[in-house]
Amino acid sequence: MKPAAFAYAKAHSIEHAVELLGKHDGEARLLAGGQSLIASLNMRLASPPMLVDINDIAGLDRIDMTDGHVLIGAMARHADVERSSIIAKHAPLISRAMPHIAHAAIRNRGTIGGSLAYADPAAELPACMVALGAKLEIAGLQGRRVVAAEDFFKGMFETALGPNDMLVAVHVPAATAQTRVGFEELARRHGDYAIVGLAAAAQVAGAKLSDVRLVYFSVGDAPVRARGAESAIAAGDIDGAAAALSKDLLPTADLESSAEVKLHLAGVLLRRVVRQLQEARA
Amino acid sequence: MSDTAYNVALTVNGEAVSETVEARMTLADFLRDTLGLTGTHLGCEHGVCGTCTVRLDGVIVRGCLTLAVQCNGKRVETIEGASDSNELADLQEAFRVRNALQCGFCTPGMLLAAQELLLRGGVPSREEIRVHLSGNYCRCTGYHAIVDAVEATAQARAGSAR
Amino acid sequence: MKISPDQPSVLSALDRPNSYIGRSVPRPNLQRLTQGRGNYVSDTVLLRMVHVAYVRSPHAHARIRSIDAAQAKQSPGVVAVVTGPELAKVMTPWVGVLTHLKGIKSALQHAIAIDRACWQGEAVCAVVAKTRAQAEDAVGLVEVDYEPLPAVTDMETALAASTPVIHPELGDNLTFARKHEAGDVDKGFQDADEIVETTFVFGRHTGVTNEPRAIIADWNPGEQRLTVYHGTQAPHMMQNIFAKHLALEEQQVRVVTKDVGGSFGIKVHVYPDEMAVVALSRMLNRPVKFVADRLESFVTDIHARDHRVKAKIGVRKDGTITAWEIDDLTGIGPYSVYPRTSGIEANQVVNLTAAPYTCQNYRGQCTVVMQNKNVMCQYRAVGHPIAVAVTEGLVDLAAMKIGMDPVEIRRRNLVRDDAYPATAPSGIKFEKLSHHAALDKMLKMMDYDGLRAEQKRLRAQGIYRGIGITSFVEITNPSAAFYGVGGAHISSQDGAAMKLDAQGNVVVHTGVSEQGQGAEAVMAQVAASSFGVPIERVRIIMGDTDNTPYGGGTWASRAAGIGGEAAWQAGKALRANVLAVAASILQAQREMLDIRNGVVVDKDTGNERIGLNEVARIAYFRPDTLPPGFQAELMATRHYVPRAYAFAFTNGVQASWLEVDTDTGFVKLLKHWCVEDCGTIINPQLVDEQVRGGIVQGIGGALFENCLYDERGQMLNGNMADYLVPMAGEMPDIEVGHVVSPTADSELGAKGAGEAGTAGAPGAIMNALNDALQPLGAKLLVEMPFTPARVLKALGKV
Repeated sequence: MKPAAFAYAKAHSIEHAVELLGKHDGEARLLAGGQSLIASLNMRLASPPMLVDINDIAGLDRIDMTDGHVLIGAMARHADVERSSIIAKHAPLISRAMPHIAHAAIRNRGTIGGSLAYADPAAELPACMVALGAKLEIAGLQGRRVVAAEDFFKGMFETALGPNDMLVAVHVPAATAQTRVGFEELARRHGDYAIVGLAAAAQVAGAKLSDVRLVYFSVGDAPVRARGAESAIAAGDIDGAAAALSKDLLPTADLESSAEVKLHLAGVLLRRVVRQLQEARA
Repeated sequence: MSDTAYNVALTVNGEAVSETVEARMTLADFLRDTLGLTGTHLGCEHGVCGTCTVRLDGVIVRGCLTLAVQCNGKRVETIEGASDSNELADLQEAFRVRNALQCGFCTPGMLLAAQELLLRGGVPSREEIRVHLSGNYCRCTGYHAIVDAVEATAQARAGSAR
Repeated sequence: MKISPDQPSVLSALDRPNSYIGRSVPRPNLQRLTQGRGNYVSDTVLLRMVHVAYVRSPHAHARIRSIDAAQAKQSPGVVAVVTGPELAKVMTPWVGVLTHLKGIKSALQHAIAIDRACWQGEAVCAVVAKTRAQAEDAVGLVEVDYEPLPAVTDMETALAASTPVIHPELGDNLTFARKHEAGDVDKGFQDADEIVETTFVFGRHTGVTNEPRAIIADWNPGEQRLTVYHGTQAPHMMQNIFAKHLALEEQQVRVVTKDVGGSFGIKVHVYPDEMAVVALSRMLNRPVKFVADRLESFVTDIHARDHRVKAKIGVRKDGTITAWEIDDLTGIGPYSVYPRTSGIEANQVVNLTAAPYTCQNYRGQCTVVMQNKNVMCQYRAVGHPIAVAVTEGLVDLAAMKIGMDPVEIRRRNLVRDDAYPATAPSGIKFEKLSHHAALDKMLKMMDYDGLRAEQKRLRAQGIYRGIGITSFVEITNPSAAFYGVGGAHISSQDGAAMKLDAQGNVVVHTGVSEQGQGAEAVMAQVAASSFGVPIERVRIIMGDTDNTPYGGGTWASRAAGIGGEAAWQAGKALRANVLAVAASILQAQREMLDIRNGVVVDKDTGNERIGLNEVARIAYFRPDTLPPGFQAELMATRHYVPRAYAFAFTNGVQASWLEVDTDTGFVKLLKHWCVEDCGTIINPQLVDEQVRGGIVQGIGGALFENCLYDERGQMLNGNMADYLVPMAGEMPDIEVGHVVSPTADSELGAKGAGEAGTAGAPGAIMNALNDALQPLGAKLLVEMPFTPARVLKALGKV
């Protein structure tokens, strides 16, 4: 199981990476952490003519607070995100999701940008970004642009990234005292992709929740917002929210679990995650 | 040099190495085939089994999901290096005494993964040990003996640190 | 013969002064393995070695119209591209049948498909190149023109008139069938107060050895000799097979087996793609290496299990079991695997069902059919997990039906410990088992009453935990009855040759081989004890047909019991020989001397008389000083095969304690126990670890593992992300206890222990699940693996 031959170039800046992509008519692929890409190269499921390695671009791995937003550079490794006190404090949903992502060795290498750009519908981070209303900063041949997470994930392994684009950072609105988050997933084994997962965020005012965002993963082609359930939760109607899921979600079966099973599990997660949202902030 | 081969210079187990590699060569294949460091094993080559675990700039990574060409200027450590430096001596001895390996194929990766947990200090719970090692497949032992050996090493290290 | 309920006690006959029998001696090979200094076939490199990759059929069933290799041959690094017909010129085909499985049939199989591919993954063309990557590049350039044929995939309809016959020359898709009837089954069911029946389903598993299958074949035309470095469990069997199909004498073939990265039965079979490697080396006059990659492994390593068993039990209100009936159906792929056949697992299911119990009214039948899926064959605990889960599932169902505790019904029906020798309803014979002693010990170990109380208390809080128990037997130490009588050249006997070297140390050559189970340590312990030296002075040589006595290798839990006894006897013989030399030097009576702790001593006083190094020095370098006519014999060889019983059956009990999340269907394993009786325990730690590893392999089948195929015969989860093997995070701690009933068939009294764990675990998990969910009125869970989806369905939540 060895990859087909390809050429390799190390980008020394974002602009250089984009330029290298442009030179190959969209056929080249960016190499970030490589934890999904290299596996698919090994299996010859992909055979790009060229890889553009962005691992050594200075500053792309930074994690910072900037005017009310947490900035996470595309090359921030999962392990760094997991350990970051900035993220624990200002984007706690991401901290909660991190331990569920694969295993220690994968998290040491895998990057947040790689995970988002790969857009696996079973992955945790895309759902978290939608739940948090994050903005994704993209560099392309025409310069920079910013896309809301909700508009970024287009389908299975499909994003708003063009063939010559590079995701450079995510900007996550920092949690306030009113922010509540919840995260649960059901995976057969530690580190496996979930059968169903739910990332959620809301604002609390007294006993009520508002701006509720319930984002499921592993139930469709991309992260799915359960809007009916969100409204019901905001109205304090948990049973109504559970009932709404059958309209909000159209899960597709996986090898073990039918759509019906996934929908049932989505309902179980809803109750568990809403309980987390209602808990007082630690 | 073909148009898909590149020069790399790195340190492997403290030794300077410079070679020409195909871009497609994984770090695991480079260690095994080019350098003859066969303690790094290949079990699945798609990132699941953990048998190819090595350290890159001090942290464990999958050797099969890292390209050799990416390691230019970097520091790689394998089971051979970690053995020769005696860094793992107590953990290796715990594995031996507890029979925490049978066929031994997963063991190099298992040891390096366990060592990363142990280096955090303290005595992890059995549950924490199990979760940390959940990316390393062992078909032989059923894991119980491995957890015992890692736990015993943690306790011994914590004891001697006191 | 006494049964000890405590930690293994050492028998007096084995209780030599410096005995290692019964001690947890660390294995001598572990130090290098923990340092990454193993020597696996996948690590091995030879001069001029080339690598093979295969073009494999993407279809489950297809005619090969043509193969165009022109482009592949031009690809960089390519040495040869070889098709089935080309390879068949140097290698003869085979048929996987044995005469003792009456009526078994299979078709002629070639190393590389000739004109038809019969499963997805079958090799249709070999590409040999300088590197594996180059070989894979060229594989992509071979153009095969396939004509897809209808695929037979459903075993339930494999014998239907409307189903195509895979091998027309066989007439139908039936490989093997057996019907067995004992006692009066109909009367047994008439006598029952309650009859319970259900259908148990077992998924398709595969071994997922951490090191994939690996082989290097090196034909040396100068020597006219073939050396094969092979990750196999049976070097001598492979020597015979390589020679036979290349038309060589066995003398011309040497099989070398160094470290093997896991076997579990996967590496005891003949694989077409490995046979092709040997033929390719012969054709190319240079070493050829093949290491299956993980994707190839999933579609070519044998699969196993995949049984559907209709089962029925009759029981009286007082708990007496009155009759058993099972009907087993299994689909084994397009060929019965050579040379052990694919009829054995189903045959074992018929043999082992109901085996621990007194009720002799038993009807068992099995049907083994062919399909266009990867082949199935013997894998760790062949047939046992099925027979045990079916038997123990039935017993629990019967208990449930009459409202009796699962322990109590076993007490009333398990064969009494003083009732041996005994015969199971299938006719298999037991020398000495200890079901009741093992059960007693188990109940204490797990605090059965305490757990029941806890279970009840937690149920009141909406927490659902279950206890599942299985009693079982395990086949070990097989005699020729397993394969030899059927015509297979598979040795059931094993040999050990032991020699004193010139410094008075000991070298033991043994026919058994090491796959990680600890055979090297066991041989060293036995040899050191038997001969009388510290274990550090013993060196073990194994895994080389040029340098070891003829033997069977390592499978069916035979290495310690059979190979160990041969080493024990060889040690005794060498001791006698060495004492003869010492007596001659010392002018003493041989009978008055012994070897203890590496020195010759007076038997009575234990006083040192002469060191072994001195005996060796004189015997090898100054034989002129020995009496005229005296010849020192410093190497002794002994062979052993069990004769009194066809198999040394062991027994055991397992228990599972688990919790079900009734909202999600997820199962959390809290604890697992096993009490087993493998006779004399040579190394308690190694036995315990065999049991633990085996249990987790069984748990894998119960909860996770399943080779999924679609109706076209395409495997859907042939990678490690989708085929779920047990990982550390979900596995429980496992406690192991022992009862010791040695076999009188050997002096050591050791039986095997390699498969007990796998045999009993799936049934224990199943029974625990059903025990947990019973108060919720859930449907019975009888289809493995027990996925969350299946648990939710049983609970009526989906």
